[in-house]
Amino acid sequence: MSEVKLSRTVVVINPQGLHARPADLIVKTACRFQSHLEIVKGQERVDAKSMLSIFTLAALPGTELVVEAAGPDAAEALEALCKLFERGFDELEDKSENT
Amino acid sequence: MKFADFVSVDAIRADLQSDTKESVVREMADALLEAGKISAGELDSIVKAIMKREELGSTGIGRGVAVPHTKHTSVDRLIGTVAISREGVDFESLDGEKVQLFFLLISPPDRPGDHLRALENISRQLRDDMFCKYLKQAKTREDIQHLLEEADNHQFSA
Repeated sequence: MSEVKLSRTVVVINPQGLHARPADLIVKTACRFQSHLEIVKGQERVDAKSMLSIFTLAALPGTELVVEAAGPDAAEALEALCKLFERGFDELEDKSENT
Repeated sequence: MKFADFVSVDAIRADLQSDTKESVVREMADALLEAGKISAGELDSIVKAIMKREELGSTGIGRGVAVPHTKHTSVDRLIGTVAISREGVDFESLDGEKVQLFFLLISPPDRPGDHLRALENISRQLRDDMFCKYLKQAKTREDIQHLLEEADNHQFSA
């Protein structure tokens, strides 16, 4: 069985960047999957299942990153991680959450 | 960013007495107060803000390290301190390990970049196993200060 390897480009859109709470969300989400998950910023490549690694990216708002997933559940894992970025880790100021 | 840019040397504690999350945060905030980095009137508000942040998810990031932090309007630049617990403290870390190394950060609300760069520095240096090990073994404030200086001078990580 060949391993699936997928990648997608995401942008950090929440105003605080990848600080501890978003990193925590990434790690918790990534750890639900078996696949090997990495986040790439330029030459840097870090394990999406380690907060310490994610912090080394110092990803400010506007930073473009590539999420890579390799493994049996790569597609689902990639989708779940990219969704976090797209939602701005639920830290977007203008979200209206009435009702 | 270097440790010297945000760590208040006088507030470094080599032997934390506290054994709970809140008391560690308070002991470190007290150290910043004694070092003249925060004012007595703001102490409670800072401790509360840090604990409120912890409720959103522990800042125990694994490998026996925690980075309790908050934004606070009473500071006009990023300030922080380092403390070590001999026994380790249960900080509800992601990996379930007790925490021995604490980096407490207080940043002005409008400076997310500085906060991220401090986290970057801490995590980069801690990736070095020797730095981590030496720091956990440090016995005095001077030992810790010296290790942070060496790290700032790239004695450890490449």
